[in-house]
Amino acid sequence: MTATPLITPDLVAIDLVAKNREEATRHLVNLMAAAGRVTDADGFYADVQLREAQMATGMPGGVGLPHARSAHVSVPSLAVAQVPGGVDFGAPDGPATLVFLIAAPASGDADHLKILAALARKLVHESFRTSLKEAPDAQTVSDIITREVVTP
Amino acid sequence: MKFVAVTSCPTGIAHTYMAAEALEQSGKAAGHEVVVETQGSAGSTPLDPAIIAAADGVIFAADLEVQQKERFAGKPTVDVGVKKAVHDAPSVIAAAVAAVEAGPPSGGAAAPVAVAREPEKPAGWGTRIRQYLMTGVSYMIPFVAAGGILIAISFLLASVAWDENGAIEVTNVDQSILISGFEWGNLQHWSVLFLAVGGTAFGFLVSALSAYIAYAIADRPGIVPGFVGGVIANLVGAGFLGGIVTGFLAGFLAHWLATRNVPKGVRGVMPVVVIPLVSTMITGFAAYLIIGPPMKAVNDGLTEWLNGFSGTALIALGVILGLMMCFDLGGPVNKVAYVFAVTGLANAGGDVGSTEAKIMAAVMAAGMVPPLAIALATVLRPKLFSEAERETGKAAWLLGASFISEGAIPFAAADPFRVLPSMMVGGAVTGGLSMAFGAGVLAPHGGIWVTPLVGKPFLFLLALLAGMVVSAIALVFAKGIGRNPQEEELEAAESVEALMHN
Repeated sequence: MTATPLITPDLVAIDLVAKNREEATRHLVNLMAAAGRVTDADGFYADVQLREAQMATGMPGGVGLPHARSAHVSVPSLAVAQVPGGVDFGAPDGPATLVFLIAAPASGDADHLKILAALARKLVHESFRTSLKEAPDAQTVSDIITREVVTP
Repeated sequence: MKFVAVTSCPTGIAHTYMAAEALEQSGKAAGHEVVVETQGSAGSTPLDPAIIAAADGVIFAADLEVQQKERFAGKPTVDVGVKKAVHDAPSVIAAAVAAVEAGPPSGGAAAPVAVAREPEKPAGWGTRIRQYLMTGVSYMIPFVAAGGILIAISFLLASVAWDENGAIEVTNVDQSILISGFEWGNLQHWSVLFLAVGGTAFGFLVSALSAYIAYAIADRPGIVPGFVGGVIANLVGAGFLGGIVTGFLAGFLAHWLATRNVPKGVRGVMPVVVIPLVSTMITGFAAYLIIGPPMKAVNDGLTEWLNGFSGTALIALGVILGLMMCFDLGGPVNKVAYVFAVTGLANAGGDVGSTEAKIMAAVMAAGMVPPLAIALATVLRPKLFSEAERETGKAAWLLGASFISEGAIPFAAADPFRVLPSMMVGGAVTGGLSMAFGAGVLAPHGGIWVTPLVGKPFLFLLALLAGMVVSAIALVFAKGIGRNPQEEELEAAESVEALMHN
C-alpha cells in the first residue's frame, strides 16, 4: 500500500446541499483540490463532466458516482458527500443521496485501481450504502470505507 | 446453470466492477453460478478456458468491444450494456437463462457485434441483420470519406491546372505518369495523384462493405472471404447490393465453419488454412456464378428505373433522392441514393448538364442538409440541446459543408423520431430544388468545396440553403413536441424571425 490513504475525513462532506449534479460534483472536486490531490480543479472537473456526459453515473440505491481518469489527478482519491435532500444523477429510481467522486491518475498504479474496483463492487451491496448514508460524521464515513474497502 | 460474463465500461474504474458484483450476487440469489471477467483498468484476468467450456451461457455487459470474443463463440449469449447490469442485474440473469433454454444460437450465429446495443434480451433476426449491415456500413464510411474528399481536392486542383473542364481532363490522364514521370512542379500531375489515391480509397466501398458485414457476423474469419467476395461483386458489376449479399454469405459461411467440431489434429490448421480456403472458395465461386448475374440485373434495373425519370418526374426524383439521403444518414438507404448517383456519373459523359450530373448535385446537396441544419438549429435554439450537442453542432458545420451526412448521426441516434423526419423534409426540398434549378456536378464528393465545379453554383447553394433552413425550423418544432405547445409556437415564431434578420 502506498503512503497516501484513498480517503481522509477532509474529503467527506456531511449533509451537503446541492441544486444539481454539477454543483455536487464541483463541491467534491474542490475538496480534493484543497487537499492537494488534484493539480487543476477546473481541468479535472471538465474530465469528470466529459465522462458523465457519456453515460450518467447514477445507480440504483441512491448513489451518484461521478469519476474520471485524468492527468490532473496526482493521488488516487475518493471524496464522498451525503446529500440528504437528494441530487439527480440520472439513475432510473430517483435522485442520489450519496455521491462518490472517484479520481484516478491517468497512469494509475494497479494497487489503487484494485481498491477502486473493490469500492465499486462494495457499492452494489445495500448494507454498505446504508452504513455510509447513516454515518454521523466525516470520520465515520472515512473509517467505514477504509475498513471495508482498503483493508478488507 | 453456469454462466460466464464479461463486463467493461468506458473509464474502466467503476461500472465494470459494479456490474460484475451485481451479476455475481443476482446470479447467486437466483441459484446460478456466474463467473465474471472484468475488462477494466485494474487489469483483466482472462477466464479459465475450462470455466468457459463448462458454462451454459454467456453474458456480455460491456460498453466496449469484448476482447477475444471468439472464446465464447457458439454459446447462447445475451448482450446488454454495462448500465443494464448495474441497474437491473436480476433481469439480465433471467434473460441469460431464457437464452440458454432457447438453445444454442440457430444457424451458428453467435452474438452480433452490436452497433446499436439492444438493452433487452438477445436481438431478433431482423435486428441482427440490421446490426450486421450497419457494422459493415460504419467500417466502410471512412474509406468513402477519405476517398471522396481526396477526389474532391483533385477536382479542385484540376479546375485550376487545366484551362477548362479540368475535372474531366484529370480523369483522362494515364495514371502511369505517377510512377514513370511525376513532375513535382506540375499541378496537373498533383491533381492526378490526388485522384489516384482518392479513387483507390473509394474503390474499397463495395469490398469493405462486404468484408465488414462478414466480420460482424463471424469476427476475424469473416474478413478474408468477405473482402474477396466484395471485390468480385464489384468486378462483375453487382455493385454494393452484390457486396451486401457476398458479405452475408461469407460471414455465415465462415461462422459455420469456425464453429464446427473437428478432430484435434485438424483444429490447429482450421483458422489459418481450412476456414479461409473453403469460405473464400465458396464465396468467390458464388459471387461470380450465382450472386453476380442476378445482382447485376437488380443493380442495373434500379439504375435504369431511376434513369427513366425526366421533366417533372426529374424533380420528383430529386425529392425522392433527397428523402433517401436523409432517411438514415449514411445508412443503406442513403447509400442506395448515393451510389446510384456516383455510379451514374460514369454515364454522364463529362457533361455538367447531363441528367446524371444533376442527380449527383441533388444527392450531394441533400446529403449536406442534415449536419448543416442541425448546426443551424443548435445556434438558433441552443436551449433545446445539451452542452455536448452544441459542441458537436460546431463540428457539424464542417462535416455538412464537406458532404459528410454522418455528422448528424450523434443527434439522430439520440432522438431519431424527431431528428430524421425533420432532416428528410429539408432533404426533399433541397433535392427537388436542385433538380428544378438544373444544377449539375461531376464530382462524386466534396460538398461546398467543389461548388466551383457545379454548373449553376449559386442556384445549387440556394437549394442547399433552402433545405437547411427548412430542416432547422422543422427540428426546432419537432423538439418542442411533447413540451408546452404554446410556448413552443412562440419560440418557433421567434426563430423564423431570427432567420429573417440574419
